[in-house]
Amino acid sequence: MAAVLRVPTVLRPAMGNQSALEVEGATIGEVLARLTETYPSARAQLLNEDGSLHRFLNVYVNDDDVRYLGGLDAPVSDRDEITLLPAVAGGSH
Amino acid sequence: MLRLRYGHRQAMVAAAIRALPNEGCGLLVGRADEVVEIVPSPNVADSARVYEIDPRVLLRTFRDVETRGLEVIGVFHSHTHSAAYPSPTDVAQAPDPSWHYVLVSLAEKESDVRSFRILNGTITEEDLALDHDQGHGSPDRR
Repeated sequence: MAAVLRVPTVLRPAMGNQSALEVEGATIGEVLARLTETYPSARAQLLNEDGSLHRFLNVYVNDDDVRYLGGLDAPVSDRDEITLLPAVAGGSH
Repeated sequence: MLRLRYGHRQAMVAAAIRALPNEGCGLLVGRADEVVEIVPSPNVADSARVYEIDPRVLLRTFRDVETRGLEVIGVFHSHTHSAAYPSPTDVAQAPDPSWHYVLVSLAEKESDVRSFRILNGTITEEDLALDHDQGHGSPDRR
């Protein structure tokens, strides 16, 4: 099944400078695993060393944050739109 | 240089005050170096020392700007008890080298608003060009 992945500007250099690409996988975990096989240099921006979802990456399936859909187990269906957006965070300390 | 209207500056300061005692935050929407709109966000870190833009606001804003031919050009957040200068945390977590990073300090009686670029860990302050909303003459530069 193919879903569309929308890539933010800051991640494009690690993903062939594409703004959107077709991805395969039944879950977000499968999609990201295949993505990092194709674009190994993107791995550090997508996943932690232990393979969990990077703390400072927001992943959405259509309008929903995957953290509320099971994280890497979040299901992906044909024609879903997956959006990656780096978290925007910081602080005074 | 970051160009914005005086009302945008006021909107950022107001968001910072509303968020007290926590840090306030939001996104800058516009074109390149010009702010068109301020999008305040809840601070989902719910903290006086750190901030995080609400992921729902992030997604909504990125989708919205695409349909309007605009871009997210930066982020603002407040420091409640320290200067308007990026902290090591701000630098480490700056997501996009093309963005403008605006700091609002509420540490003194008068709020202080300053803008920075953060590239490969290096902080560079940039001028703020404030256009007054009523269109009085040239922008003030500071």
